[in-house]
Amino acid sequence: MRAPVTGEIDRRLLNERSVPGRVGLQLQELDVPEQPLPEAGLLRAKEAHLPEVSQPEVVRYFTTLSQMNFSIDTNFYPLGSCTMKYNPKVNEEMAFLPGMAGIHPHQPDETVQGALQLIWELQEDLGELTGLPGVSLGPLAGAQGEYSGLMIARAYFDERGDSARTVALMPDSAHGTNPASAAMAGLEVVTVPSDSEGNVDVDALRGLVDERTCVFMLTLPSTLGLFEPNILEITNIIHEAGGLVYADGANLNALLGIVKLGDLGFDIAHSNLHKTFSTPHGGGGPGAGPVLVSDALAPFLPTPVVTREGDAYRLGAPGKTVGRVNGFHGSFGVLVRAYAYIRAMGPDGMREVSENAIINANYIRTALSDEFGIAADRVCMHECVLSPTAQKARGVSALDISKRLIDYGIHPPTMYFPLIVPEAIMVEPTETETKDTLDRFIAVMRQIGAEIDSDPDLLHDAPHDTPNTRLDEASAARNPYLRWQPDEDLTAAD
Amino acid sequence: MTTNASPYIPNTDAERELMLAAIGVGSFDDLVHDVPAQHRFPELDLRPSLSEFELSTEIGALASRNVTPGEYACFLGAGAYRHYIPSVVKSVVARGEFLTSYTPYQPEVAQGTLQVGFEFQSMICEITGMEVANAGMYDGPTAFAEGALMACRVTRRQTIAVLDTVEIRNVSILDAYARHQGIEIVVIGHADDLPENAACLMFQSPNQFGGIEDMAALADKAHAAGALAVASVNPTSLGMFRTPGECDVDIVAAEGQALGVPLSFGGPYVGLFACKDAHKRQMPGRIIGRTTDTKGRAGYALTLQTREQHIRRERATSNICTSTALIGLLMTTYLAVIGKAGFRKVAELCYHKAHYAASEIDRLPGYSVATDGPFFHEFLVECPRPPAEINRVLLNREIIGGHDLSDRTTNGMLICVTETNTRAEIDALVSALAEIGASN
Repeated sequence: MRAPVTGEIDRRLLNERSVPGRVGLQLQELDVPEQPLPEAGLLRAKEAHLPEVSQPEVVRYFTTLSQMNFSIDTNFYPLGSCTMKYNPKVNEEMAFLPGMAGIHPHQPDETVQGALQLIWELQEDLGELTGLPGVSLGPLAGAQGEYSGLMIARAYFDERGDSARTVALMPDSAHGTNPASAAMAGLEVVTVPSDSEGNVDVDALRGLVDERTCVFMLTLPSTLGLFEPNILEITNIIHEAGGLVYADGANLNALLGIVKLGDLGFDIAHSNLHKTFSTPHGGGGPGAGPVLVSDALAPFLPTPVVTREGDAYRLGAPGKTVGRVNGFHGSFGVLVRAYAYIRAMGPDGMREVSENAIINANYIRTALSDEFGIAADRVCMHECVLSPTAQKARGVSALDISKRLIDYGIHPPTMYFPLIVPEAIMVEPTETETKDTLDRFIAVMRQIGAEIDSDPDLLHDAPHDTPNTRLDEASAARNPYLRWQPDEDLTAAD
Repeated sequence: MTTNASPYIPNTDAERELMLAAIGVGSFDDLVHDVPAQHRFPELDLRPSLSEFELSTEIGALASRNVTPGEYACFLGAGAYRHYIPSVVKSVVARGEFLTSYTPYQPEVAQGTLQVGFEFQSMICEITGMEVANAGMYDGPTAFAEGALMACRVTRRQTIAVLDTVEIRNVSILDAYARHQGIEIVVIGHADDLPENAACLMFQSPNQFGGIEDMAALADKAHAAGALAVASVNPTSLGMFRTPGECDVDIVAAEGQALGVPLSFGGPYVGLFACKDAHKRQMPGRIIGRTTDTKGRAGYALTLQTREQHIRRERATSNICTSTALIGLLMTTYLAVIGKAGFRKVAELCYHKAHYAASEIDRLPGYSVATDGPFFHEFLVECPRPPAEINRVLLNREIIGGHDLSDRTTNGMLICVTETNTRAEIDALVSALAEIGASN
């Protein structure tokens, strides 16, 4: 067992450590003549209550906080649907090169040719990997990529005078962002059931498509970790009804060099660079969610798209662009990391990624499905979904099992998702874990399975050694305490 | 099956054979039989893999083809600002425990990220004078757009009024966000033109020409019409200038980049989002709250999650599924290091240097400073020649000139001066502009 940090931890906030007069940085003196100040009425009346702490205190504070985190650098994260793989260190160094991290987004194109070339090359590479050649790297995350893709679909139908297409179909196993993005795009969400095998119910789908179908949003492999065996029939059904097929690329880590989305009939996709292309999750962002489309839809891509004319690269907007979805040119620092990753891997390395991800997931599935149950008892792709209903009957939940993993230094898997699997525990090992790590995870899961009968409170009360045990999230929501305030403000508010 | 060669993928071919045997299949191909055979294993037309040495060389060469501010004097702003980033900030953000951690859905193993997020929210409230803040948005412009959508939810109105001094980028993003929600966007020249059914009045201070808006008067006009006041502010300016909280603004968005985040060609940045306490349950995005654990100890967790897409799905307040936490960490560390006095002093350095530059340029024949009223660290200059031409000449002198606004005002150039611009740089800019003006 292990805890990220040991002993009593000083959890005081920075303002609770402040001593008036302490400074953390020496600033330069003014080197121009002092200028007249604006009238006093324009100036802030009350100074911001920011910390007054010295530099050594700042460093120790944040370093100690960091040690209260699990991370890929320190722990195994079998976190389904999130693709928590190793984040190569060289990519960080490349993103922080002064010629990359230091350039201003309003610089003229001719002064940023290196950056524009990198963006163009990455557009080409992602188009090649997915078979969807129209690429905008603008969207800042998967959800923004989804929204951009749906705007493209709507603009495409508007242009054809087919504006009555206002239904977004999606399976009942879809990620939450799918319906949220569809709603934002003004589309009505209609859910397609899964069949007993965990696949899209093709007959049900056939009954749901009509002249109002705008898109079918499908995650491939599905959130059950399964490759849709009827995929060609599905894309055909949608196309025959005049609709478009959207791929949520959250699970693209299973498909590199295995199959191209475009070849299967997908028209639009987004890819999460912070999953498949190894850029770090950063504790919840920043990510990047490029949107990828067929040639027919490329004129609608959001701005910017980089084009090449001879040896010159240029930022531009496609002819019928749906517009701008963020401040500048996308999450450029994230794009540098993804570019570095693809260049390091090459075509064989890309396929190696998916092969190993798939083997690792099936290795875990085979070892654990008998004891913990499995949502679909067949070969999986890069992840598998356990369903410990037998354990639930013995008094422990998926949550208890997952929290107990923390005591063994393993991050909990994704739980209670997809919504259609009871007590879902979604395990995605990724390709960057060793067989040793997988063997240990399997052994720990079996150990936990034994603890259910020998000492179930070990699970109910888990985790035990972390800086905090389970937190009271209900009272946090009932009485939101969302910020530190100075004593005088709290008194004034009473 | 390919041969394992990548240093990022540990298992050897021998280990993989053992695993395939344990799975009970003869070969890898048996695991992907659901993939249509005619499309399986496509050829990938990618360049061959590079060693780490070759990779560093290649990307280093790309980086060196860019003109880098710092090597060149730079007077660009307009939404992205060059400020000094203390070493401590870069050192903290490089820690793998922050960099490679996941979204803190499991609070017991993410107290570091969560406590940083709570500090972040607290700091945003302090600098903006607002009551509550969320844990971060994509960037300033998208936060501003989400603020307008939130105003529509709060007021149950469907018209958004935008003051025409708001930067054009902000308006285009707003258009993209509101397009399919039956919301009308009206750009108005004066707050008196506010439509009576408006959900909000949106304004930006400093505005697209650098001018400080009278946020209190604008908020009053909005409230008189039953609308909310939604402001976009520059956080650095709040070291000196009146806060949106002091002006009774309802919803505030800001680009957090200026506070310790590299320019990085426009991203990743972090959007700051704050509002009045009464509206907190309509906020988009993640929110971190303080609570207690089963042993009675204080700790932090994501809260008010029933607003969010992973629970509420198509009825969520937003589709956003990030808080851009790592960039929030940069900002939090930056404000911790520069502290209370530094926050004020950085603003003062920017203010005095910018006003020095403005007064020197305003004296030059052919140039005039055209920002209406008070400004902070950016000002509009009407130039004697098109800014693009001027900037080409400046570039030859290793100066990246101001932002070209000639599409909005004749020969307009927006010049930004921060604490990173030395007097020598400013004087070099002024004398170059003088020569360019004289050669007209």
